[in-house]
Amino acid sequence: MKFTILINEGPYQHQAADSAYQFAKAALEKGHEIFRVFFYNDAVNNATRLAIPPQDDRNITVQWAELAEQNNLDMVVCIAAAQRRGMLDDDERDRQGKDASNIHPAFRISGLGQLVEGGIQSDRLITFGD
Amino acid sequence: MDGEGQTKKFMFVNRKVPYGTVYALESLEVVLISAAFDQDVSLAFVDDGVYQLKNGQSTDGIGMKNFSPTYKALGDYDINKLYVEKESLEERGLSLDDLMELTYEDEDDDWAEKTSIILVSREELAEVMDQQDVLISS
Amino acid sequence: MAMLHIVNKSVFERGTLDSCLKSSLSGSSILFIEDAVVSAVNNTAVSDKIKAELSSKNFYVLTPDLNARGFTDADLIEGIKGVDYAGFVDLVADNSNVQSWL
Repeated sequence: MKFTILINEGPYQHQAADSAYQFAKAALEKGHEIFRVFFYNDAVNNATRLAIPPQDDRNITVQWAELAEQNNLDMVVCIAAAQRRGMLDDDERDRQGKDASNIHPAFRISGLGQLVEGGIQSDRLITFGD
Repeated sequence: MDGEGQTKKFMFVNRKVPYGTVYALESLEVVLISAAFDQDVSLAFVDDGVYQLKNGQSTDGIGMKNFSPTYKALGDYDINKLYVEKESLEERGLSLDDLMELTYEDEDDDWAEKTSIILVSREELAEVMDQQDVLISS
Repeated sequence: MAMLHIVNKSVFERGTLDSCLKSSLSGSSILFIEDAVVSAVNNTAVSDKIKAELSSKNFYVLTPDLNARGFTDADLIEGIKGVDYAGFVDLVADNSNVQSWL
């Protein structure tokens, strides 16, 4: 079965991103397909490559990046939500004339249409939020 | 675009008061985008979500953008099924008169102007929700 | 196939469980995750409210979240089933659609 996962909350503040990660991992282990993981609202902050969590804690961004690499996951950060919150990839940095970017290369920035498309193309869309 | 030809029932479930958190605004942004995909889109306003449709919103004093006029534009995007839960209104001392007038022009009825608001009981809404393919809630 | 409802808030803090109970059809399934798992523990002020719904709806708790908060499946209201993440995935796959009561 094909799933799209929508995450609405940032890392560490709320369990949503952790729950979504555990769900995604379990779904893949059971042989399901993850069509897309979509990061919206404050969840765009999960994509920062600059976070430095304590050594004995999980690194949520790296966890997602590793899962994505192993399973060829499509992880999309909403561009409108990301711009509002200062989350930029290199292209956006250049286009907007900013002096830095912060998005981990395992994630890509795109529009909200990607979420709607996820709902259309997947058998189930599941939301993790506050 | 991908997904063309498929029509699914999408329902956006709104349960939060606007302005205190960003959910109402950012949910509305997804709704607007979904209009471009030719899907069967509806919105539900339940619990505190009914406050999103309250008339007379004025945000001058809080320095935030008043996005309530955007709900009035939904009809122009062919999004004209806005389910409002009766019990949620009543619990909050509200009636339809307290909500914005939200309308659309019905192309199948000589472009007659009709209300987009569908007042439903909790039970009726549960049935409508049950029939959806995709529920996006915030 | 019926609908899966997911609740993630403690019943003692917010009204999402009430909203979910009132807006779910009989035959549907309700899964408690994250902080909502405490709502499913037996002998609380709200246990009776959930027990009253047990005959018409299926209740589940995400056991890893329950364990994280110091409880085990033995602490649950009788009739509520504990599931692991694989079971969570099955619930999503086996029901026709999912509503998260955030």
